[in-house]
Amino acid sequence: MNAQRRLRLLCRGTLLIIFTLGLFAGSFTHYSYAHQFRDIPNTAPSATHLLGTDSLGRDLFTRLVYGTRISLLLAPAAALLATIIAVILGGIAGLRGGWLEKIILASADLSMSLPLLFVLIALRALLPLDVSPVLSIVATFVVLGLLGWPVSLRVVWAASRNLRGSDHILLAQALGYRRSQILFRQVIPCLRPVFLAQFWISIPIFILTEATLSMLGLGVMEPLPSWGNLLRGSEDFSAVAANPWRLVPLVVLVLTVICFQFIFPGSEELA
Amino acid sequence: MRFSRPPAVLCLALCSLVFSAPPGRAQSGAELHFCLHGEPKTFNPILVDDEASENVRYLTGGVLIRVNRQTQTLEPALAESWKVSPDGRKITFHLRKGLYFSDGSPFSSDDVAYTMKLLMDPQTHSATGDAFRTTEATTIDVQTPSPDVAVISFTSLVAGLERLFDQVAILSSKSPKKEMSVLGPYYVSEYVAGSHVLLRRNSNYWKHDSEGHPLPYIETVRLDIQRNRDIELMRFRRGELQLINRLDAEQFDRLQKDSTGVARNAGTGLDGEELWFNQTASSTLPDYKKKWFQTTAFRQAVSLAINRADLARVVFDEYATPAYGPVSPSNHFWFNASLPAPRHDPQAALQVLSRAGFRYENGTLKDSAGHAVEFTVITNSGNTAREKMATMIQQDLSEIGITLKVVTLDFPSLIERITRTFDYDACLLGLVNTDLDPNGQLTVWLSSGENHQWNPNQKTPATPWEAEIDKLMQEQASTPDEKLRKAKFDRVQQIVAEQQPFIYLINKNALSAISSNLVGASPVALNPQAFWNIETLRLKPSPEMGASK
Repeated sequence: MNAQRRLRLLCRGTLLIIFTLGLFAGSFTHYSYAHQFRDIPNTAPSATHLLGTDSLGRDLFTRLVYGTRISLLLAPAAALLATIIAVILGGIAGLRGGWLEKIILASADLSMSLPLLFVLIALRALLPLDVSPVLSIVATFVVLGLLGWPVSLRVVWAASRNLRGSDHILLAQALGYRRSQILFRQVIPCLRPVFLAQFWISIPIFILTEATLSMLGLGVMEPLPSWGNLLRGSEDFSAVAANPWRLVPLVVLVLTVICFQFIFPGSEELA
Repeated sequence: MRFSRPPAVLCLALCSLVFSAPPGRAQSGAELHFCLHGEPKTFNPILVDDEASENVRYLTGGVLIRVNRQTQTLEPALAESWKVSPDGRKITFHLRKGLYFSDGSPFSSDDVAYTMKLLMDPQTHSATGDAFRTTEATTIDVQTPSPDVAVISFTSLVAGLERLFDQVAILSSKSPKKEMSVLGPYYVSEYVAGSHVLLRRNSNYWKHDSEGHPLPYIETVRLDIQRNRDIELMRFRRGELQLINRLDAEQFDRLQKDSTGVARNAGTGLDGEELWFNQTASSTLPDYKKKWFQTTAFRQAVSLAINRADLARVVFDEYATPAYGPVSPSNHFWFNASLPAPRHDPQAALQVLSRAGFRYENGTLKDSAGHAVEFTVITNSGNTAREKMATMIQQDLSEIGITLKVVTLDFPSLIERITRTFDYDACLLGLVNTDLDPNGQLTVWLSSGENHQWNPNQKTPATPWEAEIDKLMQEQASTPDEKLRKAKFDRVQQIVAEQQPFIYLINKNALSAISSNLVGASPVALNPQAFWNIETLRLKPSPEMGASK
């Protein structure tokens, strides 16, 4: 087993642990993520509060594991949505060509030219106020997914355009295969590694986007925790210096993003 | 990937905290250094309507009458004496003789006339001038019988007239430098947009100390434009700044722990935080919600359920006090000391609600029609203290069965909702009080006012108590008798405490930081709290300045 594989395994193991913590959050803590122990805000880690408490006295470990659940379940869902849109539109553009290709690429360019954060902030402001916190985070990630497709689309489009003139597609066409048969039997299997790569790459980006939105106070609504709003506790540099345990959510976030980068299977494995 | 921006934003945010503070620079012993938290929009004192410009105006402008920020009393400045007529429509100033603007042009009553006419010209759109306009049609006439006497007559009574002149910096009618020619302790010597404003000592300044030495003592004041409060604090710790005019509670607490003596707490300040319900008749809220919000008992119960002491302790590290009402206790004259202290009593809240037809079932509060009581409070994103307060109120209200959702919005979206679309349930915001006199809050209290936030721009008062407030506010504004005005405004405060249109939460303390190199500073509750006595501040000629902790 070479070093790269060992690193990949280590990263997969780390992600598995983090995912397990998030999925079974209730088994690892008996506190509510929302309960404020107002007599002990900003306490240091102890046996009763493993990572101490935040500025409102809420158990930081509890908020971290529940926040992990939200960030790690919804970011892949948003990544999947963005990848599916990119695959459909990119595939059509690459395989069909012509005016349709131009329209799709122009839409992608237009979408890429929009300042994403401002669009998200504007969309967030347009959401009705009366939605529950859970609905609000689902909406946030759906919006992220709906806005996150253009770059993936360019990659998928480039790959599928190369495929359009390839010998086996020409052969399939010559043999009289229908378009749908060519798409599902020839094109999609060939592009599967590209789809998977785009999906994996998108996950940490969506996690970070949510974190950025929450740092701006526009992500997941209180009292629900997410990595993003937990990171807000580390905004104040001097506060972090006084309470270094507040950096734990940042450490987990960085670790997760790094792990996602290293778990990509090599191109030879995907092939 | 298209989404590569977020990691970059995060990295930039983190890196900026660490690296963006400029390197320490050598300072002369006579340069005071502190920060403005935004770009000054104007140096014309008549057009000032932002905090940065107001600070520059305070440092450069010469006024006829000055409000002593410590005693809150009026003191003669460019005017040696003044007299207000019994009908409150005329004020006669006797000016100091032999004074000169910073560029050497002489000061006379013509300059007072020029300034006041410009200030009251509707084309000028001066916020300072608006304070003198008790009616739309208020105009002035300025007579200058001699170079040292100015008589200003108003067509309608202006209650608290003298106090308003604290904001009126006199302009030169003759100087080619226009508004850059000043009568205050400093003049603007250099301005680099986005970087700094450099003020130099006005050698023509009229004040002297008790030993006859000319004031101010400090030669130059460099105002760096710095929005990031953390960087400001770091620079202060490095000795690059000698004062921070306003600190938040968390910064103050930390500074107090590691640098004894530099963090200064001037006690309860004028600024407050409050919550209000949308009672606008034209809002799109469902009728049952409108009914809740328009019910006095509902608002009283919410007020009773909020633990203000916890808000002050947890969010503001004890550097705030539970709020009594619209006037902070630090406003010595106008505060109504007979108001009841705010209570936290969830059981009493439930009793009040029960009497109003609500019922508490299985941990949920329901109205008489069976609607579960839940509403959304909006506040501006990025204000950590407000977000924390909203989250704490969420837990407090859950104790009486109310589900509160907290939504943070960017400021323009929030303003749009509370002033135009009225598409919101409740709002949590702060009130910045710069004027001690209640006339400065007329648009808040009059039911026709645009800042009457719970139900603005009413054609006729929606409730009898709003009608009574209208009457009292108009009466207090139409008499020069200060005692009578106080009695009227005390009653307004009492009605507000009973009806709770605004649920006042806390009054923040006036916190600042003063370097040990700066001598003579004595922070107060009123703005500018840390440098109100700029003329008498001195800098120690310390060789280690710029390198000390």
